[in-house]
Amino acid sequence: MSMALFRDWLLSDAPESRRQAACGRAYRGWLSLRHNPLGMAGLLTIVFLLVVSLGAPLLSTQSPDTQHLTLRLAPPSAAHWLGTDQLGRDLYTRLLYGGRITLGMVVAVVAVVAPLGLVVGAVSGYLGGLADRLMMRVTDIFLSIPQLILALAFVAALTPGITSAIIAIALTAWPPIARLARADALTIRDTDFIAAIRLAGASRTRIILRHVMPLCLPSVIVRITLDMSGIILTAAGLGFLGMGAQPPMPEWGTMIAATRGYILQQWWVPTIPGLAILVASLAFNLLGDGLRDVLDPKQT
Amino acid sequence: MRRLRTLAAGAASVPITLFGLVLITFVIGRIVPIDPVIAIVGDHAPPDVIAHVRAELGLDKPLPVQFLIYVDRLLHGNLGRSVMTTHPVTTDIAHYFPATIELATAAILIALAVGIPLGVFAAARQGSRFDHVVRVLSIGGQSVPVFVLGLIFLLVFYVKLGIAPGTGQQSVIYEGMVPYVTGMHVVDAALSGQWDAFEDGLAHLALPALVLAYYSLGYITRMTRAYMIDALRGEYIVTARAKGLSARRILWRHAFGNIAVGLITVIALAYANLLSGAVLTETVFSWPGLGLYLTVSLLNADMNAVLGATLVVGLVYIGLNLLADLAYRLFDPRVR
Amino acid sequence: MSARVEMRGLRVSFPSPRGPVEVVRGVSLDLGAEKLGIVGESGSGKSLTARAILKLLPAAAHIRAERLRFDDIDVLTAGERQMRAIRGRRAGLILQDPKYALNPVMTAGAQIAEAWRAHHRGRRRQAMEAAVELLAQVRIRDPARVAGLYPHELSGGMGQRVMIAMMLAPDPELLIADEPTSALDATVQAEILRLIDDLVSRRGMGLILISHDLPLVSHFCDRVMVMYAGRVVEELRAADLAAARHPYTRGLLDCMPSLLHPKPRLPVLARDAAWNE
Repeated sequence: MSMALFRDWLLSDAPESRRQAACGRAYRGWLSLRHNPLGMAGLLTIVFLLVVSLGAPLLSTQSPDTQHLTLRLAPPSAAHWLGTDQLGRDLYTRLLYGGRITLGMVVAVVAVVAPLGLVVGAVSGYLGGLADRLMMRVTDIFLSIPQLILALAFVAALTPGITSAIIAIALTAWPPIARLARADALTIRDTDFIAAIRLAGASRTRIILRHVMPLCLPSVIVRITLDMSGIILTAAGLGFLGMGAQPPMPEWGTMIAATRGYILQQWWVPTIPGLAILVASLAFNLLGDGLRDVLDPKQT
Repeated sequence: MRRLRTLAAGAASVPITLFGLVLITFVIGRIVPIDPVIAIVGDHAPPDVIAHVRAELGLDKPLPVQFLIYVDRLLHGNLGRSVMTTHPVTTDIAHYFPATIELATAAILIALAVGIPLGVFAAARQGSRFDHVVRVLSIGGQSVPVFVLGLIFLLVFYVKLGIAPGTGQQSVIYEGMVPYVTGMHVVDAALSGQWDAFEDGLAHLALPALVLAYYSLGYITRMTRAYMIDALRGEYIVTARAKGLSARRILWRHAFGNIAVGLITVIALAYANLLSGAVLTETVFSWPGLGLYLTVSLLNADMNAVLGATLVVGLVYIGLNLLADLAYRLFDPRVR
Repeated sequence: MSARVEMRGLRVSFPSPRGPVEVVRGVSLDLGAEKLGIVGESGSGKSLTARAILKLLPAAAHIRAERLRFDDIDVLTAGERQMRAIRGRRAGLILQDPKYALNPVMTAGAQIAEAWRAHHRGRRRQAMEAAVELLAQVRIRDPARVAGLYPHELSGGMGQRVMIAMMLAPDPELLIADEPTSALDATVQAEILRLIDDLVSRRGMGLILISHDLPLVSHFCDRVMVMYAGRVVEELRAADLAAARHPYTRGLLDCMPSLLHPKPRLPVLARDAAWNE
């Protein structure tokens, strides 16, 4: 199939199959995202960060843990593109490997939180009644403590480290998503087409899985993309406070914590990982913002 | 009477949330890998001493009973003793919290003074270049890690430009000169009439407050803009225009007048979130507030202090949301 | 004391992904101290035509005309300041649904007083007294009490009276009523229309009454303009309605059930693509 034909197939006003309709919708979304410069900037940055992190062993010249104590806190040079840290480790290399940790944490948290929030929200919104009230109280409670502080308390109880950080962030990140999915499910529940499906004899499980959840998805995707930025900030914040990834792991927040004392003389040493955090979190926020315009035009 | 009833309805869910908050801190306190008894008596205490202390703390009883004991203690205002400071945690919190309130209040005032006009004008000129700039600016505020911004501010304004003082609440020369009244250093300095100390305090407050302000500026601006865009689509805006009112009056009296009450909730949430941001900001600026107390306790595995601080922040959070809800019910004629 | 509105070849278009879409396509009208009815279905452009006189169109709308004048003011080139001198002061606009058209967080009295103060010199107190007086003029029984009520505390009919009082406050020369009764109960509709009719006649104002109800409009107006798909398809004196020639107008008239000439079955309006041209 040639490109032009494929495009016509995607943009067809009368799709012949569900798959064609779904692909067509995704393609239209992509077309409108492409015209959103900020959203595209975010997307490209994320792709870049992913490639660079995955390719860290190939792109780096050294090992992230090799110390050169004679070369401590060296300014950027041909041998060390971004200079070295307080133990003479290559900052450029550590930055690349740090991306793996940060993005890895984001993926791990989202993998837990997205399905959990979606299912809890869709089920309690659709079923209503006691289950719904119970669920909402539970989310209320989690929402009554600021995310970072709750995560800190959890991590403190679990012993600091990456796994604890992921668990703590996941525990604090699902309630807002469940809230959102529930709000959507509530409006979907009362629509005529759901009534029609129910009349046709579809089971509750089928309605929730095939009809309610897919419709909750757009706003959940937007929210999760925006949340990823928050996850990055919380993870880095935990690292900075010594409660996240532990040294010598090249996690960005941890790197800043270890070198913040050098801000006066070798200011670039803590600043560079700081910029990395900013870029990563900004990229997800920009993409989320762009996606909101595409997927969720009601909200501004 | 009707007003009282709507107020009561707003407060109805609070006890359940409070219960949950207490439960969470209890659970966290129970999963700690460090045995609280060993933490008190040490590794080498004889078994009978350990058993005695365990019974004294109620730790030999079943979990539900332990929870009741915990609740009872909380109701008596007993958060336990901090291992680190050896003071009761309540005393510590009462001592450190005012500094955080001082910082967070300064930050929210700055954020509101800047964020609301930005949001209103961005909505009035939706799609304009100004709107885009505001959008990027506020997304930036939500993306920048506060501790990095804090470090950069210190680097630029203190180290490079020398126009801001360094970390802490006051310069060394004023140490111990300002009597502790409210715990808010700037307020105390003003109360005691020490205007040079007051000025010095304000200067120290400026950087951390700006960092925190930018942190919530993004949220406030975006919410204001979104609410305003919605309000400006209202038919009553057409009516106001048809009356021949000025653009300014339409924007502020009619559109903003309609969202002002809704914004209270946003502001309450933003303020509560500042407490989160304060943990990091206080660490960077060595600001002697609850955030710094919390992080130092964390690093010392001082669980009583950690849980006490968490509980208090949660209480403030719930209280602020309740206040916002009540304000909404009191001031919005549609609810009233 | 009535203003002349002169409109020649008005065109209003909106941008769309496939280029601009014209929703008003060359409408002309002239108006003095008379009552003009504009009739058409939703989307026929009747509302946009009337609002164009006050330049109260959505921000995305693009407006063109050979000529659009309000008395001696060229509306097409007038700035916002000049338009504000027309809006309210010289021409009022009554919207369809008081539930949405009144500001929900201001009392009825405050909204009327605001309109009064925008065009009169006077203190707050005086404006409030004027508001109560205006509420009495629109035949609200307990005007002082109603002045203190919020819109959600008013019934639809009361809300629309408040709206009328508000638009009469600056004493305008022209009143544009955009489906003023469509959102109201049938029993209140006639009362409100009679009130508007009465006030307009007594004050010698011009009136543009927009509606989709042809017989109703012809009952209250001197002249009727029938719009379809952004154009005027027929314009005639209300008295000559029976002589209407355009098939769309005829179709609208035939759709009405009649007690004098009962029909076994009401005809359905058969549309002709040619009407669009």
